[in-house]
Amino acid sequence: MTPDTAPPLIEVEQARLRFGAVKALDGATLHIRPGECVGLVGHNGAGKSTIVNVINGALTPDEGTLRAEGAPVERYGIKAAHALGVRCVFQELSLCPNLTVIENTRIVHRELGSGRGLGWRSTARRIIERSLDEIFPGHGIDSRATVGSLSIAQRQMAEIAMAFSDAGAPPRLVILDEPTSSLDATLAGQLLAQVRRFVDAGGSVIFISHILHEILSTSDRVVVMKDGNVVAERPAGGFTADSLFEAMGSVAKPENAAQARRDLSSAPVLLEQRGRGLPFRAHRGELVGLTGLSGHGQTEMLLELYRQRSGDWLPLRDPAVAFVAGDRRVNGIFHLWSILENFAVASLGDLTRRGLVNDSAVADKGDGWKRRIEIRTQDMNNPILSLSGGNQQKVLFARALATRAPVVLMDDPMRGVDVGTKREVYQILREEAAGERTFVWYSTETEEVCLCDRVYVFREGEIVAELVGEEINEANILAASFQGEAA
Amino acid sequence: MSLRPSVDAMRLVVPTLALTALLAAVFWLQPRAMSYMGLNLLFNLAVPIALATLAQMFILAVNNLDLSIGAFVSFAACVSATFLQSTPLIGVLILLAAIAAYAAIGAVIHLRNLPSIVVTLGMSFVWTGLAVLLLPAPGGSPPDWARSLMTTKPPLVPMAIVASVIIALIAHLIVTRSSLGVLIRGVGGNERSVERAGWSVLWAKTAAYALAGTFAVAAGIALVGLTTSADANIALRYTLLSIAGVILGGGEFVGGRVSPVGAVIGALTLTLAASFLSFMRISPDWQIGAQGAILIIVLALRLFLNRLERQEGRA
Amino acid sequence: MTHAAKLLQKPWIWAYLAAILVWILTVSVTGGSSAIGLTHAAFTFASFAVIVGTGQMLVITLGPGNIDLSVPATMTLAGTVALKVMAVDNTMILPGLLIAIGIGIAVGSANYALIKLLRIPPIIATLCMSFLVQSTAIWTNRGLRVKPPPALAEFATSSPLGIPNVALVALLITLGAWVLLERSLYGRWITAIGQSMAAARMAGIPVDGARALTYVICAVLASVAGYLLASFSGGAALNMGAEYLLMSIAVVVIGGTSVAGGYSNVPGIWGASLFMFLVVSMLNTYGLGAGFRMIMTGVIIIAVILLASRRQTSSP
Repeated sequence: MTPDTAPPLIEVEQARLRFGAVKALDGATLHIRPGECVGLVGHNGAGKSTIVNVINGALTPDEGTLRAEGAPVERYGIKAAHALGVRCVFQELSLCPNLTVIENTRIVHRELGSGRGLGWRSTARRIIERSLDEIFPGHGIDSRATVGSLSIAQRQMAEIAMAFSDAGAPPRLVILDEPTSSLDATLAGQLLAQVRRFVDAGGSVIFISHILHEILSTSDRVVVMKDGNVVAERPAGGFTADSLFEAMGSVAKPENAAQARRDLSSAPVLLEQRGRGLPFRAHRGELVGLTGLSGHGQTEMLLELYRQRSGDWLPLRDPAVAFVAGDRRVNGIFHLWSILENFAVASLGDLTRRGLVNDSAVADKGDGWKRRIEIRTQDMNNPILSLSGGNQQKVLFARALATRAPVVLMDDPMRGVDVGTKREVYQILREEAAGERTFVWYSTETEEVCLCDRVYVFREGEIVAELVGEEINEANILAASFQGEAA
Repeated sequence: MSLRPSVDAMRLVVPTLALTALLAAVFWLQPRAMSYMGLNLLFNLAVPIALATLAQMFILAVNNLDLSIGAFVSFAACVSATFLQSTPLIGVLILLAAIAAYAAIGAVIHLRNLPSIVVTLGMSFVWTGLAVLLLPAPGGSPPDWARSLMTTKPPLVPMAIVASVIIALIAHLIVTRSSLGVLIRGVGGNERSVERAGWSVLWAKTAAYALAGTFAVAAGIALVGLTTSADANIALRYTLLSIAGVILGGGEFVGGRVSPVGAVIGALTLTLAASFLSFMRISPDWQIGAQGAILIIVLALRLFLNRLERQEGRA
Repeated sequence: MTHAAKLLQKPWIWAYLAAILVWILTVSVTGGSSAIGLTHAAFTFASFAVIVGTGQMLVITLGPGNIDLSVPATMTLAGTVALKVMAVDNTMILPGLLIAIGIGIAVGSANYALIKLLRIPPIIATLCMSFLVQSTAIWTNRGLRVKPPPALAEFATSSPLGIPNVALVALLITLGAWVLLERSLYGRWITAIGQSMAAARMAGIPVDGARALTYVICAVLASVAGYLLASFSGGAALNMGAEYLLMSIAVVVIGGTSVAGGYSNVPGIWGASLFMFLVVSMLNTYGLGAGFRMIMTGVIIIAVILLASRRQTSSP
C-alpha cells in the first residue's frame, strides 16, 4: 500500500456541469488516490458517466477544479489525461471493428509509432499479447484477427487488455465502466483479480458495475452518486448490498406514489412478446412501464414492437402503434420542418383529400393540440428548432397522441425535460389511458415508472422482474436492476 | 503463421477465384493466349487501372467516394504527355500542385461535412476542363522514361504482371503496415474511437486524399507510357472501373474495410473480363452490360458470403 | 421586411438572377437582335434538363447518397426503343410514349430492387443498372437512326404559342412535381425521409414504398426526356443522354435543393437549367472553348455547395 502521504492522482473538486436543463454534475467531489480501487455506483442519471468523462478529459466541467498529483491543471484534455496515465474501458465497444487487435493497439497508444517506422507492429503485438496473457490466461484471442470477427466477450477482453497495457506511458488510473457485462463468471473473476493486482502494485481503478457483489468484493472504497452529486462514501466494508440500495434511492417519497393503480389484467391483451426472460404483455388502457438501468434492452424491445406492427412498403389504413422518440435528434424531429409539419406527419393519412394534404384541417388539428398540450410558441408555423427541448418533446407527444393508434410506445421521452413540462405530460397520459389507450413507457426515472400500472424490469437484455401495484417502488426496481448476489 | 484463414484472407477468395476462372476460360477459348505475348496483350492496360483502383481505395477507406478519379487520371495523362515530356520541371510542379489540390479537397469535405460524391462530381468537370485546355485534340507524347518503363520486357513474366505485383506490395505496405494506413482505416472503421485516442481525423482524411492523388497521377503517367499519346477523355471510364475494382477485390463502401492486394486483383479481373468478353465473341453491344452484370453477380455473391460469415459468427 | 428582401430569402432566386445576368452579358456582346433567338434556344434546351433534373431532384431529396446514375442510359434506351416502335408512323405516337414510360417504370423498379436486395449504395446500384440499360440500348439501336414520326417531330421543334412546345411540356411536369412535393402526402414522406430515415420510419411513413416510387418517377421522367429529345433532334443517338448525368445533378444543386436531402426546390430547377445553358452560350460568344466551360461548371457546383453548407451551419 502506498503511504497516505502520497497526493491523490486525480482530484475533482466541486464540479458542476449542465447539459441544457439537466444538471449532470452538481458539485461532485471525487478523489482517486494511488493504490486504491474505487467502486462507483448510482442509478440512471446519477452522474457516473459524466464524472468519468471529466476525468478522462472528454468533458470540461463548467465550474470546479481539477488537480493531478496535487497540482492544479490548466489545460486538461484527452491527450493530457492519456499522458497522466488515465485509461478508459467504455460500456459500448470503442475499438475499430475493421482493424486487428494489434492495429487497434496502435491507435490507442499514440506513442507507439515514434521512430520505429514499420517496426511498430511487433512491439504492439508483444505489448497486447503480454497484457492479454497476464489478465486472461488461455484467452484464445489471435491478436492478428480483426476485432469485428471476435465475439463480444473477446472484444471486451481485448479492450480491457489494451487499457492495462503499457507502451511507454504506463497506465496509472484505469476506468472500467460495466466491464463484466459481457464476460462470463470465469473471465469476470480473472478481471477482478487483475484489478486487485494492479491496485496492489500502486495503480488506481474506478470500477462501475451493476453487479453489487463485484463492487463490494473488489473495491477498497465505494462512492455512491445521485443527482450529479456524491451522496455516500465509505470503505467497502462499511456497505452491504442493502445499504447500497438505500443510499442510491431517494429519501423523499415521490408525491404521486399514492396514485391509484388500476388492475387491468382482465382487459383484452393488445401486445404480446416473448423473448428471453419473462413474457411481455400489455392490456388495453394500461400504462406499462419498462425500466432497469439504461441500455439493457428496453429500447430494442420497443423498436421490435414497433417494427412488427407498421408497414414498410404501404401505409397502414389504421395505424396500430405510434412511437415517441427519446433521442429527439436521431429518430424524433425533422429539423428542417415547422412545428406544425412535425406535429402532423404521423396523422397526415387522416388529413388528406385525394392524396393532397388538407392544410386547413392540419392547422385546425395543430391548434387543438397546441392548446391541449400547451406548446409554447406564437405560431405553429415557426421552425421546430425555435422551440426549447421540452417543447420539442411535447410536439413529439402530440404527434403520437394525435394518431388513431391504440398503442403508444415511448422510448424514455422525458430525458432532459424540465419538471413543469413533465407534470403536464403526465396529466395527459393519465387522461389518455383512461380513454382506453395503451402506453408502453420505457423510463429511466423512478418517479415516472411509479406512475405505471405494471412494470417490467430489464437486466442484460431480458425481463427479470414484473412488478404490479404496490410492488412498484424504488427499492424493488433497484433490487431487480442490480444483481445483488453472486449468480 | 497459423493456418486458420483470417477474415481478410477470406475476402481475397472471391476475387482470386474470379480471376483464375476467367484466366482459365480465356486460355481454353484461345490457347495461344497462354504465352508471354498473349499475357502481355491480355493485361496490357492493367497497370493504370490498378493504380486508379488503389487511388479510389484510399477514398473508400475513409467512407467517401470519388467520382473524379477518371477525369483526374486523364488530366494527369495530359500533363504527362505535354509538360512532363517537354519541360519536366514544370510538369512535376503541376502534378505536385494537383496532388495538393486533391488533399485540400479532402480537407474541405471533412471540415465542412460536404457530400464527397457531389464535390468530386464538380471536380470532375474541373479536371476535364483543365485537360481539354492542355490538349484540345488527342496528341502529345510520353516522357521517354515512362515509355521505356512501361514497355520493358522482363524475363519470363510480362511487365504488366510484374508491375501489378510491385504496386500491390507497395500499397500493401502503406495500407496495412504503416501507422498512417492503420489510422486511415481506423477513421473509416470508427471515427469516434480514433478521435478519442487523440488523433486528428482531419489529418487522416487529408492524407488519404493525398495518397489517392498520388496513385492517380501515377496511373496517368503509366497510361501515357502505354498509349504513347493522351486526350482529355482518355481515362473517363476509370471512375467506374476503379469503384468496381475495389468492390470486386473485397472492399466495402463503408467501415474502412479495404484490401490493396484485393483491389489490384479486382483491377486485373476487370481488365481480363474485357478481353474475355471479346474472346467469347460476345457482341460488343453487350460488353458494357456484361460488366454491369459481373458487378451485380459479385455483389450478390459477397452478400451471400457475408451472411454465411455472420451465421457462423452467431453459432 | 420588404417584398424585395423577402424574395432574396428564397433559395431559388439566385439561379434566376444569375441566369438573367448571364443573358444580359451575352446579349450585350451579340447585340439586341439575337435576344429573342437566344431566349428561345435557352427555353428549348433547358426543358430537357428541367425534366431530367426534376426526377433527379426527387431522388436527391431522399437524403445523402441517393443519386440516380442510370439517368443517361435510361434516356437513350427510351428514345431508341420508342422511335423504333413508332417506325415513323404518326398513329404510333401514343403507344411510343407509353413504351417509353414502361421502360422508365422497369428501370426504376430494377434500381430499387438492386438497392434493397444487394444492400448497396444507390449510386452503385444505379451504376450497375446503367451498364445493363446502355447495352440494351446499343443492341436495339444497331447503328440505325430511325426518324421520329413527322407529327411528333413537328410538335417537338415548333412553338405555336410563342413558347417552345417542349418547354410547355416541361412546365406541366414541373407543375405536377411541385404539387406532388408541396401538397401531396408523398411529398411529405420523401422530405421526411431525406431529413431522417430513422425518424420517418418511427413516424409511420412507409419508407421502402416511398423510396421505390421515387426511383420509378425519376426513371420515368428520364424516359420522357429521352423520348422528347430523340424526337426533337430527329432521331436517337447512343450518346444522347451522356451530358445529362452531370447536368441533372448540377441543376438540382444550383437550383437550391439541399444535397443533404430533405429540402427540394422546384422553381430553382428552371432557373438553374436556363443558367447552365446560358453560361455555355456566353462562354461560346466570348470565344472561350469547351475547357473553360467545364471548369466554370465545376467551380459553380462546388461554390454552390460550399455556400449552401455555410447557410446551414450558420442557422441553428
